[in-house]
Amino acid sequence: MPETSNQLLSVRNLKIEATSYPPGEPPKRITIVDGVSFDLQRGKVLGLIGESGAGKSTIGLSALAYGRGGAEITGGEVSLNGTNILALGKGGIRTIRGARVCYVAQSAAAAFNPAHRLGDQVIEASVKHGLMTREDARKRALYLFRVLGLPNPDTFGDRFPHQVSGGQLQRAMTAMALCSNPELIVFDEPTTALDVTTQIDVLAAIKHAIEETGTAALYITHDLAVVAQISDDIMVLRHGRTVEYGSVKQIIEAPTEDYTRALVNVRQEIRHEAADQSKPLLKIDNVSAQYSNGFKVLHGVSLHLCKGQTLAIVGESGSGKSTLARVVTGLLPPSDGRITFGGKPLTPALKNRPREDLRRIQLIYQMADTAMNPRQTVRDIIGRPLTFYYGLRGAAKTARVRELLEQIEMGNGFIDRYPAELSGGQKQRVAIARALAARPELILCDEPTSALDPLVAEGILKLLMKLQEEQQLSYVFITHDIAIVRAIADSVAVMHRGRLVRFGPKSLALSPPFDDYTDLLLKSVPEMEIGWLERVLRTRRMESAGN
Amino acid sequence: MSNSPGTESLPGLRFRERFPLLALVIERMILSILLLFAVSILIFGGVEALPGDFATTYLGQSATPQAVANIRAELGLDRPLVARYFEWLGGAVQGDFGTSWASRNSVSEQVGNRLGNSLFLAGFAAVIAVPLAVGLGMVSVHFRNRLPDKVINVISLAAISLPEFFIGYLLILYFAVNFGIATFPATVYAGMGIIERLQAIALPAATLVLVVLAHMMRMTRAAILSVMSSAYMETAELKGLSAWRAIVKHAAPNALAPIINVVALNLAYLVVGVVVVEVVFVYPGMGQYMVDAVTVRDMPVVQACGLIFAAVYIFLNMLADILAIVANPRLRHPR
Repeated sequence: MPETSNQLLSVRNLKIEATSYPPGEPPKRITIVDGVSFDLQRGKVLGLIGESGAGKSTIGLSALAYGRGGAEITGGEVSLNGTNILALGKGGIRTIRGARVCYVAQSAAAAFNPAHRLGDQVIEASVKHGLMTREDARKRALYLFRVLGLPNPDTFGDRFPHQVSGGQLQRAMTAMALCSNPELIVFDEPTTALDVTTQIDVLAAIKHAIEETGTAALYITHDLAVVAQISDDIMVLRHGRTVEYGSVKQIIEAPTEDYTRALVNVRQEIRHEAADQSKPLLKIDNVSAQYSNGFKVLHGVSLHLCKGQTLAIVGESGSGKSTLARVVTGLLPPSDGRITFGGKPLTPALKNRPREDLRRIQLIYQMADTAMNPRQTVRDIIGRPLTFYYGLRGAAKTARVRELLEQIEMGNGFIDRYPAELSGGQKQRVAIARALAARPELILCDEPTSALDPLVAEGILKLLMKLQEEQQLSYVFITHDIAIVRAIADSVAVMHRGRLVRFGPKSLALSPPFDDYTDLLLKSVPEMEIGWLERVLRTRRMESAGN
Repeated sequence: MSNSPGTESLPGLRFRERFPLLALVIERMILSILLLFAVSILIFGGVEALPGDFATTYLGQSATPQAVANIRAELGLDRPLVARYFEWLGGAVQGDFGTSWASRNSVSEQVGNRLGNSLFLAGFAAVIAVPLAVGLGMVSVHFRNRLPDKVINVISLAAISLPEFFIGYLLILYFAVNFGIATFPATVYAGMGIIERLQAIALPAATLVLVVLAHMMRMTRAAILSVMSSAYMETAELKGLSAWRAIVKHAAPNALAPIINVVALNLAYLVVGVVVVEVVFVYPGMGQYMVDAVTVRDMPVVQACGLIFAAVYIFLNMLADILAIVANPRLRHPR
């Protein structure tokens, strides 16, 4: 391989290990990253993509010779401009961190110090490394705030982290990384925690800033569609090993490995929309709701759902989509309007509802982890509603638990496991089994797949669809992910700031003509297509010029 | 219908929303005054309920019922409890704690002198102990689980485990008797120069420092350690900052609230809890004054000392609460 002066970062045979302490067993050495090699040229962007546990963040941090949470770099070489930074001492590595290589964390809200002003934090590394005077650093920060499109760039630095929004913090973090004029920036899922309409702005700002400053970057994400917009090359990782490594064009358009193909083709349509949507099981009529302090969170929402079908409710954080589910369950009684279920009005407050009504509506949460008692086995977790609603005990209960485990495609061997011994996807399956145990007619699913990796999430969605076919279940499926809506919904409700902005069968709701908000939402979802970001930004500019 | 519900409520609520910091601070102050009022009732009632009686103690063998009744009438003890309480409280608010039964002098005058001495000793000890404890706590975090951390921990724990009179006697034995580089007893009197005064109180101050050091040091260490695993500490490390700067500049400001609270408790202890140290070093402070007054049942002095100690405690804790609130940037700079 020709060793050109353009070569910035060269990673060879990287091996990273950590010690894990499983409960009740002797400590184990586990390998997080095994034999990974790649090169990065000046000014280029390499995307690292994979599921959680693929080792992508760990590899990114190795460019700063840093091991998070006890991870140790035990083999290989990380060369920056031909110098192996792993061989540098503590003092030597400090001169690189924050000066030549910078890091942008997934959650800027946690990564900024709440006690100091943003401006001081942005320029701190540049000043402390003696790269520029405080005055020059301030000027550069101002320039970067402008490049990144932050509001009121002149005074933005005077604010504290809690005074600005999540999207602005993520941009401020990018400014912090760019301030010292580094040769390399490691972006660790910088847009994952953001709403989709915010994500596109931050993504565009980051891309623009990278081009403007000519820095190189490692861009870590689990979303192939995002990384396709920003990278030159992509490396697909799984279980700490390289699956495929190539140019963006090759990975997106002609993947050679099955795993990459699965990532590219994730979430095709699973279910075709039901034709007859005229006989509602659940009918929500002009429902409003407010918190006890008088803050109004829902304004006159009306929609309905038919038996055996799926209603997808989409919206960003704060749109009121989860609140609507809380109103249906009775956790937050509506202040106005009525809800009918199976032709009969539903008692507003949970505590007044007959047990039969409680049984007919069940819930699945986003965090299966926190929705289960960590000190109960799978048998107890699934068995509880069997005893509560059907009075099952002993052998009859065990037999039914086994039957439910069968339905969620998990074997008998899991019956005596604790939640900590299950993977994220398995936990969500157990949560589904717990809901099924009550033999409900309606299941409210509150973002059940958004904490899961794409392929695991796909498995959960297919399971839900299979159960729907078999048991004529109805779902209210709350999500922020348009791709899921396309894949599974019969009807779609779009919510924005507590109001319903669009409702109807999927084919109608997701086709033009759109209202402004739905249009923005749909256009903000990254597509698995090179050049998508530029195209969207161009249309936006043309639209604003036309206005 | 209003667009922003919640603002149309009471004016008090609106003030709270507009000046959350000021509202919290005022709330703390009002609470402190109420608390002090409640404590004054407890002190007065408690002293009343004590067994024994000044008149019988004072008269000793010659306590005929008539003599006792005379003295009680002279001191106003025959009047109803509630009337005496409000009279006492009214005086105390204006700084008049009445007349000592034993010496017939004004209590306020005597307490004034003694309080000055006690505050001087406590202040001197605090000026050394607080920065030393916080500094050692940060050093401990820097070298956590290594030798310097362990040495600091063992020494400060040993100091807190020994009774304070024992530390006092040890210091006297070594520094005053064996080496002769310190003075004992630590008697101070009016007209003494500041240097002489400091020399006189070196040993009692050192004793107090050793007693309060461990508590503050360990709380500083624990508070900062709990912050060390935050994401922003990783950010500081990935900025290439030195470990010491990360601790001082990034961890410590976020650990302020618990540190301030434990410092206030220890400052209060320095003023209020020095009785034993004052007795050991024969130092003319409040503690010794109060002990003497208790032995002769000199109630106005006991009540005055009790109320002043309570006020110091409440004031320092209120100050700590307010500082801890002010240390929170979310309250100092609302959105």
